Amino acid sequence: MITQTEIGQEINVERATVERALLPATRRHFLQGIFSASAFVLCTRVLPRPLHAAALSTTTELVPSIDSAPFHPGVYLGIQSDGTVLIVAHRSEMGNGVRTSLPRILADELDADWSRVQIIQADGDEKFGGQDTDGSHSVRDFFDPLREAGATARLMLIRAAAQQWGIPESQCAADPVHFVTDKNSTRKLGYGELAAAAAKLPVPKKEELKFKSPQDWRYIGKPAPGYDVSAVCSGKPLFGMDVRVDGMLYAAVAHPPVLGGKVKSVDDSAALKVKGVSKTIPIVPFTAPHAFQPLGGVAVIADNTWSAFKGRKALKIDWDNGPHAVYNSDQYKKQLRETSRQPGKVVTTVGDVDAQFAKGGVVLEADYYAPHLAHASMEPPVAVADVKANKVTVWSPTQDPVTVRTEVAKALGVTKEDVVCHVTFLGGAFGRKSKPDFAVEAALLSKQTGKPVKVVWSREDDIQFDYYHAVAAMYIKAALDDRGQPTAWLQRSTFPPIESTFVKDATYGSDGEMGLGWTAIPFDVPHFRSENGPAVAHVRIGWLRSVANIYHAFAVQSFANELAYRAQRDPGEYLIGLIGPARHIEAGKDPETAEKYPYDTARLRHVAELAMEKAGWGKKRSGKGWGQGIAVHRSFLTYVATVVEVEVDGSGAVTIPRVITALDAGIVANPEMVRQQFEGAAVFGASLARTGEITATNGVIDQSNFHDYQLSRMDTAPKHVEVHIVESTAPPAGAGEPGVPPFAPALCNAIYAATGKRVRDLPLTRNGLS
Amino acid sequence: MVHLKVNGAPQSFDGDPDMPLLWYLRDILGLTGTKFGCGMALCGACTVLDSGKAIRSCSTKMSAVDGRDITTIEGISPHGPHVVQKAWAEVNVPQCGYCQPGQIMQTISLLTSTPHPTDDDIDEQMAGNICRCGTYQRIRAAIHQAAKETA
Repeated sequence: MITQTEIGQEINVERATVERALLPATRRHFLQGIFSASAFVLCTRVLPRPLHAAALSTTTELVPSIDSAPFHPGVYLGIQSDGTVLIVAHRSEMGNGVRTSLPRILADELDADWSRVQIIQADGDEKFGGQDTDGSHSVRDFFDPLREAGATARLMLIRAAAQQWGIPESQCAADPVHFVTDKNSTRKLGYGELAAAAAKLPVPKKEELKFKSPQDWRYIGKPAPGYDVSAVCSGKPLFGMDVRVDGMLYAAVAHPPVLGGKVKSVDDSAALKVKGVSKTIPIVPFTAPHAFQPLGGVAVIADNTWSAFKGRKALKIDWDNGPHAVYNSDQYKKQLRETSRQPGKVVTTVGDVDAQFAKGGVVLEADYYAPHLAHASMEPPVAVADVKANKVTVWSPTQDPVTVRTEVAKALGVTKEDVVCHVTFLGGAFGRKSKPDFAVEAALLSKQTGKPVKVVWSREDDIQFDYYHAVAAMYIKAALDDRGQPTAWLQRSTFPPIESTFVKDATYGSDGEMGLGWTAIPFDVPHFRSENGPAVAHVRIGWLRSVANIYHAFAVQSFANELAYRAQRDPGEYLIGLIGPARHIEAGKDPETAEKYPYDTARLRHVAELAMEKAGWGKKRSGKGWGQGIAVHRSFLTYVATVVEVEVDGSGAVTIPRVITALDAGIVANPEMVRQQFEGAAVFGASLARTGEITATNGVIDQSNFHDYQLSRMDTAPKHVEVHIVESTAPPAGAGEPGVPPFAPALCNAIYAATGKRVRDLPLTRNGLS
Repeated sequence: MVHLKVNGAPQSFDGDPDMPLLWYLRDILGLTGTKFGCGMALCGACTVLDSGKAIRSCSTKMSAVDGRDITTIEGISPHGPHVVQKAWAEVNVPQCGYCQPGQIMQTISLLTSTPHPTDDDIDEQMAGNICRCGTYQRIRAAIHQAAKETA
């Protein structure tokens, strides 16, 4: 029996997970333990183990493990006798490039030859520190620890060589790569040759380590292609969808059409007649709050995916839809709008907004709206679980393997230590695959069938049963002086919060969500107040690439553009004026982050100026169906400015010939990966701005597949995306998400420049545009 | 009984004739390079070649492939990378990579019918293949690169 306290603790853990995903993360203190002496077990044998990342039962390919390497100082690397350097990728690869960018940081400080590095994907294990690949903080959090891991190993290899040669350590160098050389002679020893001797040495203290100077970095800051490109392009079995285990059954789950719905009755006779279907199994609905529990419903078990799908279609289920059947998007939109027009909970106050408004004069106000979005990663949710005598093995494309273990353990009544989670490649994720409800389904079904079970979600499952990005209504009001500059700025945002997923009936946004573009604005306005209104969630709310920044940046950057036109000024110059003088602004509640990553308006202004310069801002006159728009936004500690160019024809068809983005993400580990992320972010932004909209009728999601939830394609995506990275010595910030938020407002500002049509409600298709 | 060739090898199938070719390839033959994305021929992740021409395997029933010659990503170039795969690597196209086998199969089909495609040709022929990571401009560059290599 779970006590009240235990429940409370569980919620706290989950909330901590969410806050970690949302808040600008500080460096977490997990280092204790990763360089412990106990890690120094000298293994003389290399014990290969089956390749579980691919998990093909038919594979004969074997991968070594770190622990079995003769030299493995810590959890992130091992060096084999043949000189192969094994580096652990402990974060999830979902297109973010972490399997390349993170190991190269370590390899640089180790002075390892990249061509002799083999990447090993980690299972879910706390010993690696945070594995929740969310919030654009992989490089930010692990830049220092991975450098430390590399420098530690390099020093030990140098010491091993010095000992062997009987010369002082200072006479040895790791030069050029993969060897230790004697500076006074031509002799050298390879890392493989030194591995066994290095393993016998004590681990040096951090104070003894010598870190390379940035000018000596050979990998950090240098563009490099993805480590897995050729495997991916050959169709190798890398993804969760590709996992096959001997004796595996396949399952499709008929989920309740409305959140919180339950099965009243089920007739499975037709389903059981489908060739390949063996049985149906009910899945118990969740107990509120739903968190990461399965939705419930009826599972169809078959000997292949198609039969499971076909059997599911043949089920006749009478559902009790429950209280969320009241959810209708049009009506809900009106409610959010009305709430945003009422005083809300105050988030930030600077000066006295009300006194300024009371003075009278020119006031401008506007309402903005952005709908629910679905993640729609190309690989739908999928997982394989194998439960044997209360020991569970899960293979899953997951952003957060430790949470998979926790949730599976909770559902099956075993301990977390009884659950192993192998992390596959993720065929896209964008936040969806942080939530392991589908892996829990697989585990429950494996327990019931006594066989390994693969749960495959169809595209319809994915779009209709997502953890949706929140719908939001924003209201902004400003008092203007005679030059059209705002003297007071009030903004109010209303959306069903992520917290509603973890706390029953939560209606207000968390500090985390507010910190994503609403706590502060980077504008020089003396009187400012930010507020948040309550909203009841009727669907599961989750986080999606850049989260609340999407709607907050849309409102703030659109409104700034409206002010520029109102003042009859060039919107680019006006925006730079609005950013104002160089200063640090208060943007969050985390003192460590504020100290290491102050919000520096000079950096924001610099990216704005850079983007405008590279775009040839103002050289061509906007209007007559052609226009440029600009937006700036700092998120996940990265400063971004985006200029979008549009062409709009007489029928309202929008094309995007060019996007120019400038960013300052501090030190960049791999510029090639960052470039890819920002190119992709423009396409992601175009999808959500043009056609992205999830709606509900009587609690049932209206969209179901790519015909009615449309994504950018080759012929509709921005044609050319240019990415300019500011060289910086500031600590690394984030790359996966910050490209998304400025795109939609820059696009809508460009449409206004081209046509005079102001888009305040996303997506474009709601505005006679396409 | 359905008889077909997959990557040159003869195969026969006596299961549900309504089963899409996709699931036959993935679940029965274990050729998982061909991906499941939508099940409705809307995203192109499942693209394979039928006598060299791109088809969507998720919406092609087994009953329709009797006597056909099917090539999957595993079969395009048994000895070293295909020119299209090489171009993909040179341009560093993939992010998550899930859609890329389908993109590559569609490109091979495109280059067979149109060896020197214009941007408009590419838009038209590749619009059925979705990449959620947004690698389109690199795909376009890689197609031009592969076209140059084959010339």
